[in-house]
Amino acid sequence: MADKRLSLSEAIAEYVSDGMSVAIEGFTAFICFAAGHEIIRQGRRNLTLIRMTPDLIYDQMIAAGVARKLVFSYLGNPGVGSLHCIRRAIEKDIPAPLEIEEYSHYGMVGRYIAGATRLPFFPLRSYLGSDMPNVNEQIRFVESPYTQEKIAVVPPLNPDVAIIHAQRADIQGNTHLWGLLGVQKEVAFAARKVIVVVEELVEEAVIRADPNRTLIPGLIVDAVVHVPYGAYPSYVQGYYDRDNAFYLEWDKISRSHEHTQVWLDEWVYGVADHAEYVRKLGITTFERIVPGSAPAAPVDYGAYR
Amino acid sequence: MTEESRHNESVYTPTEMMIVSAARALSGARIVFVGVGLPNIACNLARQTVAPDLELIYEAGVYGAQPARLPLSIGDPTLVSGATSVVPMADLFGLYLQGGLVEAALLGGAQIDRFGNLNTSVIGGYDAPKVRLPGSGGACEIAVNAQRILYIMSLKKRAFVEKLDFCTTPGHVNGGNERERLGMPGAGPQVVITDKAIFDFANEEHEMQLVSLSAGVTIEQVHAEMGWRVKQAESIVETAAPTEYELRLLRTELDPSGIYLHG
Repeated sequence: MADKRLSLSEAIAEYVSDGMSVAIEGFTAFICFAAGHEIIRQGRRNLTLIRMTPDLIYDQMIAAGVARKLVFSYLGNPGVGSLHCIRRAIEKDIPAPLEIEEYSHYGMVGRYIAGATRLPFFPLRSYLGSDMPNVNEQIRFVESPYTQEKIAVVPPLNPDVAIIHAQRADIQGNTHLWGLLGVQKEVAFAARKVIVVVEELVEEAVIRADPNRTLIPGLIVDAVVHVPYGAYPSYVQGYYDRDNAFYLEWDKISRSHEHTQVWLDEWVYGVADHAEYVRKLGITTFERIVPGSAPAAPVDYGAYR
Repeated sequence: MTEESRHNESVYTPTEMMIVSAARALSGARIVFVGVGLPNIACNLARQTVAPDLELIYEAGVYGAQPARLPLSIGDPTLVSGATSVVPMADLFGLYLQGGLVEAALLGGAQIDRFGNLNTSVIGGYDAPKVRLPGSGGACEIAVNAQRILYIMSLKKRAFVEKLDFCTTPGHVNGGNERERLGMPGAGPQVVITDKAIFDFANEEHEMQLVSLSAGVTIEQVHAEMGWRVKQAESIVETAAPTEYELRLLRTELDPSGIYLHG
């Protein structure tokens, strides 16, 4: 039985190199800020960052200068407004020019599915009448061989590394995830290497007791990292809420490049790891985002001997 | 809004009128695709008034959401807890949306043109934008596949433009039967609900036309906020004011702290 446990700094050092394509996925939920901050601390450069919704984590990483290119489908601070750092990079080349490759949500979903299933393209009913195919030549149209209708296609996406945050996994990387499933399964199967970061490490028996909840099998996982609150300030269903106050605060911090750098100095470069970041935030921050309890009724898979 | 007028339910704001009109436009609907902010409040109001069987779908992968608090983002955990089903986004877009199950969707954006095409990508040129906007999200495929599209946005000259800087999301494209010709399953934009007036596309060209004015708003005021000379329907009516019940639900249940109503 393979023990795939690594520290986060070991996992990033081992699997994320300059120039690679990296997908830290999770739709509003399960966004692994811990991994993003560690990539910044380790000084990676020229990454292609892939995410449907770049969110604050890619805003911070792009402000820190780790990326050359961004592949995405919705560029906003969810529920708040703009991602100012990424806008500065696109509109004003600050801190550096940023190449972009843009899709719609279903286009990105389809790219991961094609990548995961090793197909040359994914067909979808979208992009008709839109200018998006005019600015992204990867979005094309083909004629159905059966009905002759015109259908949009997008190419496969196989990131060098996918980083997935979840509630729990065993040491082999068999991962339970519940809540917004997003594209975590698809991106994990599409990526060449997979790092799973979890709130809790559990015995294999816990996983096997509820196999329908295993979104990602250890089969495709290269490293398992235990980082409590690793998705803060985004959220983990049932464990902690999104820190909406920080999402609002980031809107102010990120409006100037200088303030952003001061923030990065204090909260990313100024701490050794995510555990220190959590200690520095303090207990009151996490008390503020404790959800109430809403357990599901237990299910009985039955014992068949 | 003053404290005094807040407590007088017969006085209402243009934003409240807009939300109430959007909720009424969902009359009888069963399955609606919801965005955060005003569309979210409108859908929840509809569920408590004109569309009691309404099921809310969120692009994050949630079907049958029953949010216990006002969701602060499209992926708020309150949408998950208590929902009928939470699915991968591949299923949400593939099985629910492209499968034809979504009756109506509420969208908005930075710019809209006379055929209901929408820009949420850039102001200025794409390669060197003056303002980089969020982009499509799910809007492009929602507009292609949902059975009908309702727009909710403030009437402003910079938003209602003669020519879009970029077409992110197709409405009636170049008008007429262009959607059908391109093979789009959905019927496209049906109504544009604004804080001053309501428009529909009920003519052969599928071109936006003024059908209704909020109380106290003149046709001239509407023209002043549009980048083209908008068509007028044969008869233009006054939008029915919000009822006290609708206003009470909005103010005391759906947005008690006034985040969206007065923000």
